[in-house]
Amino acid sequence: MAYSDKTRGMYNDILYGLQDAGLFKQERVIHSPQAADIEVEFPTGSSLKKVINICANNYLGLSSHPDVVKAAHEGLDSHGYGMSSVRFICGTQDIHRQLENMVSKFLGTEDTILFPSCMDANAGVFEAILTKDDVMISDRLVHASIIDGIRLCSAMHDTFKHSDMAHLENKLQLHHDRRLKMVITDGVFSMDGDTAKLDEMAVLCDKYDALLFVDDSHASGFIGKTGRGTHEKYGVMDKVDIITTTFGKGLGGASGGCVSGRKELVEMCRQKARPYLFSNTIAPPVVAGVIKVLEILSATTERRDKLESNTEFWRKGLTEAGFVLKEGDTPIVPVMLFNAKLSQDVSRDLYQEGVYAIGFFFPVVPQGQARIRTQISAGHEIHHLEKALDAFSKVGKKYNILGKAKQEIIEMYGM
Amino acid sequence: MEDMYEVVKEYVIDEYVEDDSEVTLDTPLISGGIVDSFSMVSLKRFLENKYNISIPDDKATPEAFDSVNKICALVKECIG
Repeated sequence: MAYSDKTRGMYNDILYGLQDAGLFKQERVIHSPQAADIEVEFPTGSSLKKVINICANNYLGLSSHPDVVKAAHEGLDSHGYGMSSVRFICGTQDIHRQLENMVSKFLGTEDTILFPSCMDANAGVFEAILTKDDVMISDRLVHASIIDGIRLCSAMHDTFKHSDMAHLENKLQLHHDRRLKMVITDGVFSMDGDTAKLDEMAVLCDKYDALLFVDDSHASGFIGKTGRGTHEKYGVMDKVDIITTTFGKGLGGASGGCVSGRKELVEMCRQKARPYLFSNTIAPPVVAGVIKVLEILSATTERRDKLESNTEFWRKGLTEAGFVLKEGDTPIVPVMLFNAKLSQDVSRDLYQEGVYAIGFFFPVVPQGQARIRTQISAGHEIHHLEKALDAFSKVGKKYNILGKAKQEIIEMYGM
Repeated sequence: MEDMYEVVKEYVIDEYVEDDSEVTLDTPLISGGIVDSFSMVSLKRFLENKYNISIPDDKATPEAFDSVNKICALVKECIG
């Protein structure tokens, strides 16, 4: 037997090590559709508990929207369950083309190619477009999927300090001799909720003849006046050369992603991106669901407007209660606790109070920056947010952190 | 002539250290998490420009860049 007791023991030791280090991820089982109100089994085997979900990427509340569910049902009936093929053999249906055209129109780009996920889009896009003669210059806080994509690409890679435009300019000067230069950033940074300064980045990219790449997974559908994304917010709709994004967050929450941008770059992905070439096409019901999502968002800004006002209400409520928040204006609102154990204790107590929110700590965020990351949705009603604020206040009072500054919290609980 | 050790240390602090962590000549830079391997390229290019040398890719390893002392040893080797 190849899988010997010694091998099993080796893996068990690694897993125990993760548990000892507090890094072991435990999944909480949800027995209801994704929504503001969910039913959760946690710990495993316990009776179901109704809680308010305040940590989903369901920004627009479309994950279980009846029109989206209906469209997915209709797509299932009209186009089947799966295609049993990659796109270029026999996996491209009319609705895949339709969705690609709709995404291009929505984002204001020249062309779009679908991927099974945005993780796959980021894994494939760089190696499809760049060579060893080029350089990728990425913000130091970009998403893990971008880091993996960069690793798979033969181009030189360098980084600039988070959102530091002077440092980015230094790097563009340093690498002036490369054939192509690509500046890479998230649109909205998922842990802090801040946005990339795309207007300044676009100016630098123009000045130094560099391509601009943005992963807008935490922005598409709701950032910007009409929800087109970070490039709309900063008035640079025509300046971003490549956008990657996901359909697994604001845009319906199921799965799938895309690369959208200059048509030659998209075509390079269609010809060369390995996660695209060697993964199945997106399932027809999911495609039909995303088409409906884009129809809803193109017809009205009602949902992103509600998300914006919910976010303002939530930020104001937490600030008045006396919590320390990360500055920002996106629906990602980090409640700073600084200490890892405190973040776990607060998360546990919030759950007891009927609020589902997760604590993040090192190595997911830097040492000493543990937090509860809250994420607001257009699916939340004010009564959800009021109840969640009551729970936060009660738990914050228990730990004596309300009205306390960062240094005072660190003095009480450590980093 | 500028002290190479001070020049390299100052560059490392300015480029990579974003808090008040202390860096000595032997502080582990890459294995210690101060410099990620992604960011090594700018350090390599800085050294090449500053000392007018070419550091072969097979010598620009994370191990060779893991402290100011090791970096300076590599630069001296490349200067010849």
